[in-house]
Amino acid sequence: MTDTSMHAGEGTVIRKTQRRWGESFIQGWLKACAGISIFTTAAIVILLVVESLGFFQNVSPIEFFFGTRWVPLLEPSSYGVLPLLWGTMLVTVGAAVIAIPTGLASAVYLSEYASDRVRRWAKPLLELLAGIPTVVYGYFALTFVTPMLKVILPDIQVFNALSAAIVVGIMILPTIATLSDNALRAVPVSLRQAAYALGATSYEVTTRVVVPAGLSGIMASFLLAISRAIGETMAVTIAAGQTPNLSLSMLESIQTMTAYIVQVSLGDTPSGGIAYQTLFAVGMVLFAITLIINIISQWILSRFREVYD
Amino acid sequence: MAFVSETEIRNLQKRHRKSRLFRRLCAGITWLSIALLAVLLIRIGMDGIGWLDWQFLNSFPSRFPSRAGIKSALVGTLWMSVLVAVISIPIGVSAALYLEEFAGRGRLARFIELNIANLSGVPSIVYGILGLAIFVRFFMLERSLISGALTMSLLILPTIIIASREAIRTVPQSIRYAALSLGATRWQTTWSHVLPASFPGIMTGVILALSRAIGETAPLIMIGALSFVAFLPQGPMDSFTALPIQIYNWVSRPQPEFHELAAAGIIVLLVVLLLMNAAAIYIRNKTERRLK
Repeated sequence: MTDTSMHAGEGTVIRKTQRRWGESFIQGWLKACAGISIFTTAAIVILLVVESLGFFQNVSPIEFFFGTRWVPLLEPSSYGVLPLLWGTMLVTVGAAVIAIPTGLASAVYLSEYASDRVRRWAKPLLELLAGIPTVVYGYFALTFVTPMLKVILPDIQVFNALSAAIVVGIMILPTIATLSDNALRAVPVSLRQAAYALGATSYEVTTRVVVPAGLSGIMASFLLAISRAIGETMAVTIAAGQTPNLSLSMLESIQTMTAYIVQVSLGDTPSGGIAYQTLFAVGMVLFAITLIINIISQWILSRFREVYD
Repeated sequence: MAFVSETEIRNLQKRHRKSRLFRRLCAGITWLSIALLAVLLIRIGMDGIGWLDWQFLNSFPSRFPSRAGIKSALVGTLWMSVLVAVISIPIGVSAALYLEEFAGRGRLARFIELNIANLSGVPSIVYGILGLAIFVRFFMLERSLISGALTMSLLILPTIIIASREAIRTVPQSIRYAALSLGATRWQTTWSHVLPASFPGIMTGVILALSRAIGETAPLIMIGALSFVAFLPQGPMDSFTALPIQIYNWVSRPQPEFHELAAAGIIVLLVVLLLMNAAAIYIRNKTERRLK
């Protein structure tokens, strides 16, 4: 009697330990999968920093950050990154000028005015704009936007910053519209009702109560969209051209940081040369700028979020 | 009796006019943006539909527009999506399960979360640089399908993890308690209750992430997908091309015939994306019914 019960007890103990072993193995696997994100971040940072340091042994940081000529692939070479930064800035500012007012207006319409039925249709349709591959926007810019602009502005070049800015603006509009819409909808109805009760019109309620209350989410959506515009690659490569310059005109061909990276990788660049290293130096600038903007956007969200209960 | 003067009435009318104008402006801008989507699609449809036939789908790229096709690009994209799915789904869902079911709120979990949030904002071309240096050069996988698939998997992992976590979070706590109180271990609870209950949501997120991978161009250009491939890849170590690469190649040529070919390629790409999204909706509806 005692014997059998002991055996049964032992059996349970053994099965229990086996199961625990399997359990901890699986937990280890899950943890390792989550840890891949840390390795990816570390790999990106280490790779960009190490290869950029190699680049800076050949080119002085002063020339890189303050030089005004970017001629890395031809002799006499020159490695000033400012023209590329300028190109990226032209396109980004242009895109922001288009996407911020229209995106915010769409968000206001969706959250304040549209009926539930309209909203159910309009929001996914707007989001479709964000789901279209960027190479398609490049095609659209080159074969549709630029020819249209040529009718108004006959001086415009085949490759130009303006058409790139327009399509990048269309591309980031849904980001602003959906995220700002979420922010506006998080503002409690009681605030609106209070303002209406004081006799405010819907315009006054929206601009003086709802938008200020959702401002942290709105600002975060702007920053996120701007960081996307900075990192956007194919549309600007196709539409804006391959000419790094510090031109003030948006009608001329320029080159962005991303477009330069594509240009180098399309050519047969031997590993280890300075041209190959420029990839990482430019990539580091791009990574640093987008990372800083993303961190600021997360900070705004957590620091200035208005919490209503 | 309140007395309202003429000027006050006029003032009120002005404010209401302004309000109506604002409302119309916002509505107009929204519908204009949606109309842009229609213009874009119609324009591409008109440019490309004439080239879209069986010969186009079943031919390799060519110097002559009339003989060019997208067979190798289409097959490359299919290979690519299968490989990316096989790599990224198990890893992404596992990571999400760890963060939601096992990690708690410790420092490590918060650090991983922060990493994922930041990785989701890294431009895709930076992943391309990473793939070029790590997979193509360091692991010497060359310019192969597997290099591309690994790079794309890293790119979409944050999206998969974030979407899966949201799906897992919607599983009611009572289901976990029920399983645990019957003596199930945490993994048994997760595997046989939490995962099936969150499956529809996870699948939707995964398919949306995969459709992003199919449309991405820049990372593939970085790792060196070729644009002129007159053969079909036989295995993951072969070099390849993909739909967006082929489209880019045609767009960047000056001849208008190639631009029309690009439009035809874009139609194929959009149809593939549409089919995937339809599949996502179908799977979600079907599995949701079964669970209820």
